[in-house]
Amino acid sequence: MRGLAATIVLVGLGGAAWASDDTTFRYAFQGELSGLDPYTLNETFSLGTLANVYEGLIRRGPDMEIIPGLAESWEVVDDTTWRFHLRRGVTFHNGNPFTADDVLFSAERVVSEGSDLGARIPPGAQFVKLDDYTVEVRLATPNPILHSEWDAWAIMDKEWAEENGGVAVTSASAETPNYAALHANGTGPFKVVSHEVGVKTVFEANEDWWNWGDRSFNIDRVEFTPIASDATRVAALLSGELDMAYPIPVQDIPRVSANPGTEVLTGPELRTIFLGFDQDRDELLYSDVKGTNPFKDVRVRKAVYLAINEDAIAAKIMRNLATPSALMISPSLYARSGEFERLPYDPEQAKALLAEAGYPDGFSVGMDCPNDRYVNDEQICQAVVAMLAGIGIDVELNAQPKAKFFGKVLASGGYDTSFYLLGWTAGSLDSHHVIFNLNTCRNADGTEGGAFNLGNYCNPEVDALGAKILVENDPVMRDQMIFDAFTIIHDEVSHVPLHQQGLAWGKAAGVALVQRPDNKLLFDYVKK
Amino acid sequence: MIAFIVRRMVQAVVVMLVVALLAFMMFRYVGDPINQMVGIDTSPAAREALRQRLGLDDPMPLQFARFVANAARGDFGVSYQFKQPVADLLAARLPATLELSIASALFALLVGIPMGVYTGLNRHAPLAKLFLAVSLVGISLPTFLIGILFIFVFAVHLRWLPSFGRGEVVDLGFWTTGLLTVSGLKALILPAITLGLFQMTLIMRLVRAEMLEVMRADFIRFCRARGLTARAIHFGHALKNTLVPVITVTGLQLGSVIAFAIITETVFQWPGMGLLFLQAVQNVDIPIMAAYLMLIAALFVAINLVVDLLYVVVDPRIRLAGRAT
Repeated sequence: MRGLAATIVLVGLGGAAWASDDTTFRYAFQGELSGLDPYTLNETFSLGTLANVYEGLIRRGPDMEIIPGLAESWEVVDDTTWRFHLRRGVTFHNGNPFTADDVLFSAERVVSEGSDLGARIPPGAQFVKLDDYTVEVRLATPNPILHSEWDAWAIMDKEWAEENGGVAVTSASAETPNYAALHANGTGPFKVVSHEVGVKTVFEANEDWWNWGDRSFNIDRVEFTPIASDATRVAALLSGELDMAYPIPVQDIPRVSANPGTEVLTGPELRTIFLGFDQDRDELLYSDVKGTNPFKDVRVRKAVYLAINEDAIAAKIMRNLATPSALMISPSLYARSGEFERLPYDPEQAKALLAEAGYPDGFSVGMDCPNDRYVNDEQICQAVVAMLAGIGIDVELNAQPKAKFFGKVLASGGYDTSFYLLGWTAGSLDSHHVIFNLNTCRNADGTEGGAFNLGNYCNPEVDALGAKILVENDPVMRDQMIFDAFTIIHDEVSHVPLHQQGLAWGKAAGVALVQRPDNKLLFDYVKK
Repeated sequence: MIAFIVRRMVQAVVVMLVVALLAFMMFRYVGDPINQMVGIDTSPAAREALRQRLGLDDPMPLQFARFVANAARGDFGVSYQFKQPVADLLAARLPATLELSIASALFALLVGIPMGVYTGLNRHAPLAKLFLAVSLVGISLPTFLIGILFIFVFAVHLRWLPSFGRGEVVDLGFWTTGLLTVSGLKALILPAITLGLFQMTLIMRLVRAEMLEVMRADFIRFCRARGLTARAIHFGHALKNTLVPVITVTGLQLGSVIAFAIITETVFQWPGMGLLFLQAVQNVDIPIMAAYLMLIAALFVAINLVVDLLYVVVDPRIRLAGRAT
């Protein structure tokens, strides 16, 4: 009946024309907000949206810089001890005060069964409450990037979770629906007013937010609708029904820009798109080369690298909405990335290298590619096929929806691939994430080592550097070790980095917002 | 009669079981659901643990048996992506789909029948030829193209109607309706026309053909000889005699309108069951897919049962044959 009353008011307003009131921000994304439990899914959209409701101990500013969040300050007491001083006077949306107990509770919940964010806290770390507003974290090993992902580790209210049966993390295997999946109680600048699963989520500004006095937004209501169809999402933006829609397909960018009243905000994303090779098996699964694996030969990998005209891919397929990359990590995440350069496009040298490796007439290989995961992923693969044909490598492309693609190429599918395209974002916003996950030797089923090193590129030197980088507290030394590791994988062509794909957000001209390279939309920077 | 119904019910159960089995065999080719439930850098060990908790590593026959046993009790499991009971999700989406389907069926009837009558009576009028030409478009253009075309004309350029969603809905407790608000009614127009266009064309052509047939019948000639007005002949006598097949076709088509609302719902982001299903396919949300397919199968089985029963009531020959066997 509450809904009935609300609607009668709306009818009274004369049809409730869209985008009419100035303080409501309406936006659409291609995917759904699958739930409100912030620990269920480690995925950008879900975490980014919930970051407006729930806050972590740290926050990240417009340029990804670490700034204080629910922790006002922190210090590294010794190599393995960090002390966090919590912000005082903060309340959750239900009015409960925020204290050290909530941090301890959240630390326990985030590593419990069903949580997809277990890696936020290193194994063996202990959270100790010194007083109501001081928490000490005691680590098993030094960890210079302990807090780097904590902007996306929501602190939850212990009492609220216990009262409502939300202590366990929402999971599809649970028998009864979890309260925290449909309700939210954070400390953030926005509260969830309503959440219709997969249909619409409405947020409202939280006037009791601790930073309300210094807020930089002027909206008081946010309406989110998932719009899966690209054409409809763009149309809804053009027609003025939405204040913001993302992503905008690259081919529609000119139209949205040309339309008076709308514009496109573009920028580099953190995700790096790259090609990878099976360097593990003694014989490729999908190739006419028998008895040996050509990709174990660095000359063949280098030939593939040299044969790819990344500038053409960036210009023609990505319509310049991509930044060619020499590294497997975004340049904004590694200070010395400028010292690396992509190998030049040189098909002649590529052919010579192939001949030298014993494949003067090339060979054939199957390639796995998703077709609905990254920006124009299938088209990139088709271009790669054409470019490699130029040096005699006959690529048979197998482009599939992501659900099938990941099921085949990841550990669960037995790393069933010879040559593939993949995208990777350093989740911790640190180079170690890339060195470990993509370039560290792994065992057969991926339970040890770099589980996402699909082709199992393996060099003990890189592994040793990775282990040292993980625990090195001195930033200069650390950057040097990262530099050394990147130099090895660059020289040995562990992968062929292609580009950082671009972000394309469409918005109404009158709306100001901040586009961060992690593709998260933060309501508290939206001005209308 | 009772024996007939019982026999059909038994057949219906068999049909449902076959649909469930086919669906389950299909799911193996949709992809791995686990990848859609975790972030990319979730470790293989954590993935396997989740797979075990969901029972996805059990043999297929066991999974199927479990599904049938639960479904028989009305339990369709928990959605992988939303972590909510599937029955609740479908129930929340059902009103949107039914309102859209019924609106589009009404549109098809209210526009299709008059157009059919007109084209049947005035075969050579230019307007009749125009109707026929337009109806060809309705039959040959795919639904998503028509939908996008409508969006660009009526939402982007004219800005008369919304391009997505259902507008403001009223929650009646057991039902959410968009029919009681202006924005809800406006939002209904484009999707209903898009979905109903094909049916409208079908009905128009059916009525036209029947009208041409009936107008040649003897009783129409006698009506004319009796001096009845053209209006009384056309609508009182001719149209009435064309309606039996029209009602049959419309009834049977209602099932397919509901089932094939998937495309229209996707184009207009209409929050119905079809949209839920399509997104479930993309996310390999097997519980939703299975429940939706069962629901649609049940719908078709029910419609066919009703149609069969109506035939028995209407046509004595079927009734006699039924008794003989």
